[in-house]
Amino acid sequence: MRREPPRTAADYAPIAFPALMLVIFFVVPFSTMIAVSFFQRDPAGFYSPAFTFANYERFLSAFFGGVLGFSIMLAVMVAIVCVLVAFPFTWLLTQASRRVQIVWLVAILSVLSLSEVIIGFAWSTLFSRTAGITNLLVMAGLMAEPQALMPGFGAVLTAMVYQALPYTVLVLYPAIVRLDPTLLEAARTLGASPMRAFLNVVVPALRNTIMATLIMVFVFALGSYLLPQILGRPQHWTLSVLITDQAIYQSNMPFAAAMAVFLVLMSLALVGLTLMVGSQREQRT
Amino acid sequence: MSGLALQGVSKRFGDFTAVDNVSLSIPHGTFVCMLGPSGCGKTTLLRMVAGLEEPSAGTILLDGTDITPIPTHKRDFGMVFQSLALFPHLNVGDNIAYPLRIRGVGKAEQKQRVAELLDMISLQGYAERPVAKLSGGQRQRVAIARALALSPKLFLLDEPLSALDAKLREAMQVELRQLQQKLGITTIVVTHDQREAMTMADLVVVMGEGSIRQAAPPVEIYRKPADAFVADFIGSTNLLTVGADGTLLGRAMPSLAMATRSAGGKLSIRPEDVQLLAPGSGMFAGTVSFVRDLGGTIETFVDVGGTTVMAITTPRERTPFKAGDPVDVTLPLESCVVLKG
Repeated sequence: MRREPPRTAADYAPIAFPALMLVIFFVVPFSTMIAVSFFQRDPAGFYSPAFTFANYERFLSAFFGGVLGFSIMLAVMVAIVCVLVAFPFTWLLTQASRRVQIVWLVAILSVLSLSEVIIGFAWSTLFSRTAGITNLLVMAGLMAEPQALMPGFGAVLTAMVYQALPYTVLVLYPAIVRLDPTLLEAARTLGASPMRAFLNVVVPALRNTIMATLIMVFVFALGSYLLPQILGRPQHWTLSVLITDQAIYQSNMPFAAAMAVFLVLMSLALVGLTLMVGSQREQRT
Repeated sequence: MSGLALQGVSKRFGDFTAVDNVSLSIPHGTFVCMLGPSGCGKTTLLRMVAGLEEPSAGTILLDGTDITPIPTHKRDFGMVFQSLALFPHLNVGDNIAYPLRIRGVGKAEQKQRVAELLDMISLQGYAERPVAKLSGGQRQRVAIARALALSPKLFLLDEPLSALDAKLREAMQVELRQLQQKLGITTIVVTHDQREAMTMADLVVVMGEGSIRQAAPPVEIYRKPADAFVADFIGSTNLLTVGADGTLLGRAMPSLAMATRSAGGKLSIRPEDVQLLAPGSGMFAGTVSFVRDLGGTIETFVDVGGTTVMAITTPRERTPFKAGDPVDVTLPLESCVVLKG
């Protein structure tokens, strides 16, 4: 394959189409959103062009600050739980035979075909008092009487982890499959028990992958707005819920846009910070 | 009994028998090379000694104790893998100190031992380097130092030099042998390179299709191969068929008939033992079919009644023949080895 820097306009031709798509589907809508966030709400109609910071000022209150904090906390927890569950699972999966791996991967992929709405309602049934999983515990004699497990924080977290887990496994899988299996064997010949070898060889060797996966799940979870509404109380609503509420039900597009811009900036800052910490640690070793 | 002993060790993967009833005893302090073509079961055998594979049958004894049920991490063996398996997230010093850290050796002692080991592999002052910044030969040495950090009872190496270029490989062979002699540690190296085995080993174990074909000191393996497989695998050789009545290359050889005893034996003679003589003065008359002049040595291929015999000579011994020259070939009987089967 030729690997030379492009020189003429024709050399750049292959990227024209992707660039066009990116402009149409990303740059234009995103710029529009940023522009709208400075507009004024027009109670009679929709919004009118202006240049005001009022939308951002309104956001800087204890209430929205709290919601933002909760949203980030929830997304971080989802990311951590997903990686904690998915990493050992994926590792064990890669140790299994090819046939077992394929069955599991197909099952995991099929979960991706479920929409957020279906996941939400399925879990709301599972967490209900009348038809939920507590009935099984009662049958097994582990519980006195069935309980409703929702609405609540646990229910929101569980459903969001369920939704993000397939992505986590699919992102981790290629990196774990490529890991040299002799690293683990080497650690064992050097005196480490299999568990210890896993913790201080496999996990650190895949540190960058784990970091990238955490960021991906975090960003993915930050955008969730249906599950907190279906399974949570109002105090479990995320910023995404409020943005939807402002944009669709209150028809306050400029404020919704301002919140969205803020959310994007916050997540970018967090991702940047994580990467910075990661690269600094890289330099030290 | 001191040393390592394998007793009837087998390993089956489904229907496939990788190692078939291998018995071998290795005295303490011996340098052993397991030699064989790929797929002959030598790596599987080494992995069973290390505890990374469980034998399907048989026992492995170390100094008279059965170690078969002991898990890898409690065996105290040092192992160097073909991929080297250096931990990418640790620097050179931490890689070497890893087994010490696992055993809970104190920080100061760790540091001192790492310095000693770096000194041993001539990489003083490399402790802080990331593993990725080392050359192939340096990585090799780090892997060796890491495996030796705990002064193991047994030093196992799986094709350790296969990733290096030819020159470096030869230098490392000598280095490895000298290191082993200095430490007096029982060492098993798996290799498919017969030169490597000849350079380093006290005992060469030639394996083929899961079983041991011959276990003997290198020179004996070369001079007195047990069968055609060994003769052919170690160095180059002329494998000649001896007829039922003791005929060789179309000539009756009564002494051979006695030696082979049974009919249809095979005979091996090393190319450097084959003598090329002027026409009319040797045992067999032939024609030179091809000459490969390598400068230091000359390989002459002679066609004797349809069979090709190769002779290796040096330019000092005689001027090269040309293809088509008539020549006589003599096979000194004392250099011929009659093979089983």
